[in-house]
Amino acid sequence: MNGLRRRLSASLPPVAFGLVGLALWESVLRLTDPRGFVLPPPSEIVAAFVENWSQIWTGTRLTGYVIVTGLAAGVVLGVIGALLVTRFRSANETITPVATAVNAIPIVALAPVFNAWFGLISPRSNQAVVIILVFFPVFINVTKGLTQVQPSQIELMRSYAAKERTITREVRIPNAMPFFFNSLKIVSSLSVIAAIVAEYFGGRQDSLGPMIIQSAGLTRYDDAWAAVFASAMIGIALYALAALAERLVMPWHASVREATT
Amino acid sequence: MTECAVRAEGITKIFNQGRPNEVCALTDVDLAIEPGEFVSLIGPSGCGKSTLLRVIASLTEPTEGQISVYGKTAEQARLDRDYGMAFQHSGLFDWRSVSRNIELPLELMGWSKDKRQKRAGEMLELVKLGQFANHHPAELSGGMRQRVAIARALSFNPSLLLMDEPFGALDEMTREHMQTELLRIWSETGTTVVFVTHSIPESVYLSTRVVVMSARPGRISTEIPVDLGGRNADTRESPGFFAKITEVREALRAVEGAE
Repeated sequence: MNGLRRRLSASLPPVAFGLVGLALWESVLRLTDPRGFVLPPPSEIVAAFVENWSQIWTGTRLTGYVIVTGLAAGVVLGVIGALLVTRFRSANETITPVATAVNAIPIVALAPVFNAWFGLISPRSNQAVVIILVFFPVFINVTKGLTQVQPSQIELMRSYAAKERTITREVRIPNAMPFFFNSLKIVSSLSVIAAIVAEYFGGRQDSLGPMIIQSAGLTRYDDAWAAVFASAMIGIALYALAALAERLVMPWHASVREATT
Repeated sequence: MTECAVRAEGITKIFNQGRPNEVCALTDVDLAIEPGEFVSLIGPSGCGKSTLLRVIASLTEPTEGQISVYGKTAEQARLDRDYGMAFQHSGLFDWRSVSRNIELPLELMGWSKDKRQKRAGEMLELVKLGQFANHHPAELSGGMRQRVAIARALSFNPSLLLMDEPFGALDEMTREHMQTELLRIWSETGTTVVFVTHSIPESVYLSTRVVVMSARPGRISTEIPVDLGGRNADTRESPGFFAKITEVREALRAVEGAE
């Protein structure tokens, strides 16, 4: 109960700040009345959101599918890659440089190329962009978590005659959990950006990316903003899920943070 | 003649042998420790005291020389789980409760859950942390964490307790309190202890024998038996205690002077 009250009072300032910001946005635009393409006021965006609800819902489902599947596959691959490179030295020497090199490529710029591979209206190319973008932060962070273990903890396990597999299970993986969830929070928003930008170049035409481009092209900026709003909601929902999973999986971590702050 | 708890003969340890950054950490070290002894290793930084402890623990292989622990090779002793270890860093696992930290070695040894929990409870009583079984390490003070680490090291009745500056990160008050606790636990369990420390009073207060080491190359220079009898609150004020401190300090000075 006490915790709930504390959390409510903690969320009060940002909520108030957000509301004041929206009110300012709305009133400044009403007072100065610039032309609509500069920035539609929030009320018009909400109206456009409601008006186009069925299209936005279709687009959210399609784009959401690309994001969620790409995110899941990228995260799984990142974790597997991290486990491989920490377990096998040869894997480290092979995978890490390649992953670093691939990460240096502006992947979104490859979206048109992927379209040629997978077909212009297939979601596959967009999924591929999301997977590749998601892979690297997960891979790097989890690898760090698996390797940055207190040396004395490893020595302790060895003094118990623990095998490397046991050390991985009992020490490395739990140690990597905070790193994993950190990267999960990062890629939950990154995946949304990746999917939307990739969709600018192709994929299903009724998903959110094309909706933004087309609305903007028809100078229907309130519709474009409504679609942006929908994609932001996907990102926020995914971030919240990642944060919730972190709390559920690592109840000890919250106590670590509270003790150190 | 009884079997030695630890017998080290001609131990030499060279790191990075044959490379430009070659370091000779230990040279020709002989050491015999009887069962039930409390032996402190003391010396300047770089004298190889931690390396010697790790060689005994079979965490690193000596370049030359023989180690036997209760008549076995050090590696066999490690595989037989003869060692309880505690470090300066408590090395507790944040993700496990206090009780489950103590249970970890027992888990690896295949104890049943009931037996594990019972033993963890007993060990927590021994280190006087009975009420903290379900806390997480982050909720404990440094001294309490160190006590949990000691309880974990002793949970499976190891025949040899190896400690590497376990109280090094604690403040003076907590440190003295922990020393008293350790001696009580030692007398209650009868374990053999090898204890690495930087502190002269600590080595004198705790040990039945202080082994003074010198640096570059690391070797044993003097061994000083400490026969102060049962320690109590007055021991730290007694003339005998100060005399031993002086003796160890002079031995250390001789070591440093020789450099």
